[in-house]
Amino acid sequence: MRRQIPLALVFIFGVFMIFQYFVPHESSEWIYEFLLDWIYIIGIFALALGIWSLIRVSVAKIKTRKSGWGYPVITMAGLFLMILFGFTGYRDGSWGFHFMTAEGLSNPMFRNFFDYIMIPIQSTMFALLAFFIASAAYRAFRARNVLASLLLVAALVVMLRFNPYLGPFGTIIADTASWLLNVPNLAAKRAIIIGIGLGMVGTALKIILGIERGYMGKG
Amino acid sequence: MKCKSLVILLFVCGFFALAAAEEGSGPPDSTHVDSIPPPTPVSMLTARDSENDHGHSVTLMWELSTDDGAGQNSVLSYEIFRWVPFFMDTLQSIRDSLAGAEGTIAEQLRKRRDQAIAMIPGAHKSYPEQGGWRKIGTALSGQSSYEDVGVKDRGSPDYMADHTDYYYLVDAVTADPAIRAPSEIVGPVQSFGQFFNTGRIPVFVAVLVFGLLTILFVTRARRGAELYVRPLAGIEAVDDAIGRATEMGKPILYVLGLGSAADIGTIASFTILGRVAKRVAEYQTKLIVPCYDPIVMTVAQETVKAAFLDAGRPDDYYEDIVYFVTQSQFAYVAAVNGTMLRELPATNMYMGVFFAESLILAETGALAGSIQIAGTDQVAQLPFFIVACDYTLIGEELYAASAYLGREPILLGSLKAQDYAKAAVIILAALGLLAASLNWTAFINLFSVTS
Repeated sequence: MRRQIPLALVFIFGVFMIFQYFVPHESSEWIYEFLLDWIYIIGIFALALGIWSLIRVSVAKIKTRKSGWGYPVITMAGLFLMILFGFTGYRDGSWGFHFMTAEGLSNPMFRNFFDYIMIPIQSTMFALLAFFIASAAYRAFRARNVLASLLLVAALVVMLRFNPYLGPFGTIIADTASWLLNVPNLAAKRAIIIGIGLGMVGTALKIILGIERGYMGKG
Repeated sequence: MKCKSLVILLFVCGFFALAAAEEGSGPPDSTHVDSIPPPTPVSMLTARDSENDHGHSVTLMWELSTDDGAGQNSVLSYEIFRWVPFFMDTLQSIRDSLAGAEGTIAEQLRKRRDQAIAMIPGAHKSYPEQGGWRKIGTALSGQSSYEDVGVKDRGSPDYMADHTDYYYLVDAVTADPAIRAPSEIVGPVQSFGQFFNTGRIPVFVAVLVFGLLTILFVTRARRGAELYVRPLAGIEAVDDAIGRATEMGKPILYVLGLGSAADIGTIASFTILGRVAKRVAEYQTKLIVPCYDPIVMTVAQETVKAAFLDAGRPDDYYEDIVYFVTQSQFAYVAAVNGTMLRELPATNMYMGVFFAESLILAETGALAGSIQIAGTDQVAQLPFFIVACDYTLIGEELYAASAYLGREPILLGSLKAQDYAKAAVIILAALGLLAASLNWTAFINLFSVTS
């Protein structure tokens, strides 16, 4: 029974979602939007569980003085400080805790932590991508065999297409690069996308029909 | 003296000639625009409910004015008018008051608004008395249709009630807005939602055929038919990777990606996680699963817990195997990279939905010297994983992995259905190529899908 009820629910809602795609009527849309709202509601409760999980893992690391235990200290400090600043705001001439309204979002400390710590750190992480692309490209473009050599040549052509100093060769390289991107590259991409589409439908059908139960912890 | 008079006369004539010339080269004033003759109106105006939608929309079509792009070529645009009862003004004033109201007053106004909205169909019956024409949009010259799309939200000023009589007319407008030609009035027309989107019939047929194929092959597999599935190097490497981690005494890091629990890629990843967790429990290796989404975390916890139970080692399971990190993309990447560099896992597995973080994760894993197996359905991220990981499951292989790992006949049956569907797609693509070359529009139109 513990397994059959979730499977029945998956079947009912799965079949509804398939038919919903073909039924544009307002009533069908209304049920669809209503179900989507549930995701937000479940998400809020799950977030509380998530934060509890983060606190438990971090506190355990701090308690046992595990290697790198300073990082969880910073994580916990950041978490609780942001919650504190987020609920502290200025209203009616005085500072106070506001749990039901959004004064905390304009708290200068909340904004400063977000604008001058969070955003620069995130940008730094994203900027790392440039260096990792270079190192990954170096590894990919080593001409170890015929296919890798082909990849190297194709990559060089695509990279050189914006070079303004190639004179008469510039047009030939640009045309070749466009052909590479629009013909073989696009063909391969579309083949993968068709495969993914069919795989998605296949997996969805397996889940709806109860053949695939891995998401319930049972294969 | 005679000569002097002649010079003065010439000077005066020249002055008037110049003045006249300057007057002629000036910009045309509005009196010139007034001389535009009235254009011919649009003809054959029709109004009908928009097809394949949720309602609240009417489509107008007409034949262009003969002065649009031809004839006097004087039509610049078409203005579309809908007949609206005066009653709508009262409704609007209620809405305006509601915008600034709070508490019980707002509640009363909301009630009055809903009562007024319920009266819209009746109010439209008062046509042509007690109402007037309101401009609802403009179509440029050369355009012979217009979709009057209303809003389904009753609180919005653009709310358009279904099953209500509407009347329309279209004005052909010239450069002088005062010179225009109104069309004949069409109506009544009612908008309503449809129960089947006929524009999606090809998709419906495809889903039906694919569903039947899946059921057919699953039934065949249940009866014991032998089904061959080509080897997937990435999945075959999973057992070796877990064995390597056990020998080295190092953990296995499993990353579910940034997808939500509603993404098929993440669901496929749960299945693979279940299989991996079972092996991990059997080999008594350490597993680390940092999560980006709290719902994904709770599902993953259940999956790993059930896998440990299946392996006969429920006591080895503890909740912190799967833990939540953050829902901020790069903060999550920083945390996972930190774990990689501190814990130095023997194997990193990236299965699910990934975005810009894919290469940062995979390159850090490569630097840490871990064996890496990745699988994603995000086409843009595949090249990064292929370059940085030892094995990559490309697109659909991610979905096939669970069937391949389990080797259960009914799961393999669904893979066979996918193979047949792919064969059908290849045949149809070849036929489509032929049809496009030979201009078989009827065949091409069979596959056209509208939203």
